[in-house]
Amino acid sequence: MADADEIADKITDEITDEITMRVARYRPDKDRDPGWQEYTVPQREEWTVLDGLNHVKNEVDTTLAYRWSCRMGICGSCGMNVDGEPKLTCATFLSDYAPGPVTVEPLANFPVIRDLVVDISDFMEKLPRVSPWIIRDEEQSVDDGEYLQTPEELDAYKQFSMCINCMLCYAACPVYGLEPEFIGPAAIALAERYDLDSRDHGARQRLDVLIEEEGVYGCTFVGECTRVCPKHVDPAAAIQRYKLKAAQESVKMFLLPRALRR
Amino acid sequence: MKFRVEPFLWLAFSGGGVMAAIFLPVLAFLFALAFPLGWLDPPDHAHLAAVVGHPITFLVLFGAFVMMLVHAAHRFRFTLYDGLQVKHRFLVAAVCYGGAFLGTFVALHMLGSAT
Repeated sequence: MADADEIADKITDEITDEITMRVARYRPDKDRDPGWQEYTVPQREEWTVLDGLNHVKNEVDTTLAYRWSCRMGICGSCGMNVDGEPKLTCATFLSDYAPGPVTVEPLANFPVIRDLVVDISDFMEKLPRVSPWIIRDEEQSVDDGEYLQTPEELDAYKQFSMCINCMLCYAACPVYGLEPEFIGPAAIALAERYDLDSRDHGARQRLDVLIEEEGVYGCTFVGECTRVCPKHVDPAAAIQRYKLKAAQESVKMFLLPRALRR
Repeated sequence: MKFRVEPFLWLAFSGGGVMAAIFLPVLAFLFALAFPLGWLDPPDHAHLAAVVGHPITFLVLFGAFVMMLVHAAHRFRFTLYDGLQVKHRFLVAAVCYGGAFLGTFVALHMLGSAT
């Protein structure tokens, strides 16, 4: 009987446990300045911060604005600062912040449009600058079949291809916060992803963009981008590799006659 | 390909960091522990002076000092500008790299007088 009572108590605890979410609000049509609003939500073991926000939106306050889509760490839409740290809210559990309160803010370093929704146009403008797609010197015809790759060639860039453009790295990067013209961690990691792809011939084109001051050399190697990346992409390593690559190519250009350069 | 000065500055910064990381712990170990505690026999002054006086030693040490000074200047620059928010871009860069430049002359003078 004691066991049954314990289980019943546990179930009751799980249902009645609550946590306070302290959510940043900004409604440009009503508010002059951003503010805070507190919501109490059930704290269930399997509930993420996004579940808490969805509960608020569905049951408490329909005016709360935030982005989300897949709920499984693939779409990269639900990035927010949770207790000051950039997180994918669909992969961040409320129980880790018990007894609370847990603060939820829009991603740092981006302009806020409304509540938890940020303006990502700066990233959207920067990303295509590094041509994050396969560039060929000569396209082979469809009749020649697909471009084949060995497993080793796939492994060379696979880690960098896991980026989901969630922009947590931009929210964590102090350099991007201080110097917004810095092209940023995800864009450089994606440039490296295509540079390392055996089918790609666009390395020189990307290097011309990233060798600029606002390219890789803007990075002071703080490493926060790698720490917060939910997909373990390691943008800091990509940037360091790029710095070395740009330096090697520059030395070659300086020392070697044109005919011997790659 | 575009020519930019940043890759060369970064090479000096990076090389200086590697030099400092490799040599400073060795020097600290030798002169702070191994020699004072008698684990190793220290070289006599005449021997060290002869080593430092050799032209190859001059070149190696001068190169190492310049790179380490560039490394230190670069680190101080960003510690002041980004870390401590001293928002005077030109002044901070001038003081830091100027200090490295001055240090280079001091190193040149001291090593030159030893050869």
